[in-house]
Amino acid sequence: MTAFRIGTGAGFSADRLEPAVDLAERGRLDAMVLECLGERTVAFGHRDRMIDPKRGYNAHLERRMRALLPPCRAAGTVIVTNMGAANPRAAAERTVEVARGLGLKGLKVACIEGDDVSAIVPKDQPFMDEPGKLSDVGLTVVGMNTYLGIDAILPALKAGADVVIGGRLADPSMFLAPLAHRFGWDPADTARMGAGTLVGHLLECGMQVTGGYFADPGMKDVPDLAACGFPIAEVEADGSAVITKLPDTGGAVTPATVKEQLLYEVHDPSRYLTPDVTADFSKVQIASMGHDRVRVSGAGGAPRPDKLKVTIGFDGGFQGEAGVSYAGPGAQARGELAAEIVRARLAKMLSPQADRRFDLIGTASLFATAGLRASNAEDVRLHVTVRSTSREDAELMLWEVESLLCCGPAGGGGFRGAIAPWVITKSALIDRSQVKPTLEVLVA
Amino acid sequence: MSALRPNTPRFVRDIAHARAGDKGNISNVSVWAYDPEDFDLLKRALTPERIKREFPALVHGRVDRYVIEHLHGLNFVLHDALEGGVNRSLNLDSHGKSWSYLLLGLKLDEA
Repeated sequence: MTAFRIGTGAGFSADRLEPAVDLAERGRLDAMVLECLGERTVAFGHRDRMIDPKRGYNAHLERRMRALLPPCRAAGTVIVTNMGAANPRAAAERTVEVARGLGLKGLKVACIEGDDVSAIVPKDQPFMDEPGKLSDVGLTVVGMNTYLGIDAILPALKAGADVVIGGRLADPSMFLAPLAHRFGWDPADTARMGAGTLVGHLLECGMQVTGGYFADPGMKDVPDLAACGFPIAEVEADGSAVITKLPDTGGAVTPATVKEQLLYEVHDPSRYLTPDVTADFSKVQIASMGHDRVRVSGAGGAPRPDKLKVTIGFDGGFQGEAGVSYAGPGAQARGELAAEIVRARLAKMLSPQADRRFDLIGTASLFATAGLRASNAEDVRLHVTVRSTSREDAELMLWEVESLLCCGPAGGGGFRGAIAPWVITKSALIDRSQVKPTLEVLVA
Repeated sequence: MSALRPNTPRFVRDIAHARAGDKGNISNVSVWAYDPEDFDLLKRALTPERIKREFPALVHGRVDRYVIEHLHGLNFVLHDALEGGVNRSLNLDSHGKSWSYLLLGLKLDEA
């Protein structure tokens, strides 16, 4: 049996499109996966859907489908994606309209629902890794989605779908399902589930395995990162795979890029939980097979967990951010004085519950809490963040920071400020038996 | 893609590369020796106790270390170490993507 060629067309909601089109056109793929959901992305999708029932799916869905459907259909490439976010049905209907507009008659678009478990989760539902229960929170719930695995995706592939669209489909499951479908893997075969999950885990963040999120000039140089290619896995029937990318694309696939992605967002490497398997990455072998080709093998697994994770999104109010810059001699002291002024004035103005933070970019920001601080920086930016259930708190902060231009230390310039809605998420576990995924196949 | 290894490495970054990820209020940082011969030095330099000691105001929970001996890698799991996590942290980098460089910036000889 020839290797199954699976590639990534997006590794997060705002990922690039043109390397995905390149991969669809030249990759001879059997399947392309677009992974576009983070925990908070779904909650933001629910907010969009509340405003307009036709929305709530990935903002780039139409553009992506218009560009990818023709080359994928020409190459016989199945698309699997969670771009449906909080509204898979609207996403599938929109995709059918796009396909009709492109003349792709007969294209089968599968819509998977059932990840929205807001009707199932009880008020006294306890949280997963923190104390408390749902009814304690006191914020408006915007959505609740559980992670669906291959048992939700396989029926769509068996129905011959060209495009599979869901909401909270688990990232690695979107890769594992086409592999299990092609090779006829038994979902109870934990070794194969572990091997396919490894492929999914390595590919789910797109370019993070082909040189993205990796370059450190002088230490880890990556060629032509501006034209980085998305990854391809050539997967064998036993689940081992070669990770590679298209020739004539930027980036690099090396044992080092693969190692870094192997443990990305992993805690215990021998127990990586997904809806499909308790995957074991602790004995994975990584071997260079030549330029931009790395073979991975040796992943294992234990039975899948009985419980499924649910992400619960709450309306978290608003976040305001604003800044002013100082440069030249004494810049650090002037920036610190600016922070003191705003801090003192906001203390009298904002509601007590409003969270606030004062960073001096160039001196202490990302590592401020860690206790690392540059001294005598000569180009600094005061950056103030306020988060509150009241929009007025954020507006007052922006006003205060802008007022520094005339009322603050010498030479301050470059005010910018913005306010955005905020969501908060918490996790819970529910019994797998309560979750009933559904499938409907729409035809263009 | 081997590192330009200084004659006498001073920082973890001179002998290793790293990547950080987040789940809730837990950060994980995997650290990988460029050269297998430096792996023992890396293991001595980066212990859970040292990471707790270096960043007491940031890392409030325990630090677990998983050793991937055959790939010359260490995976650190830093509990309660993301200022509340992406929901609550007001850090510009609320995911702690830059935490990899907290570990790479540590000196080797102060372990």
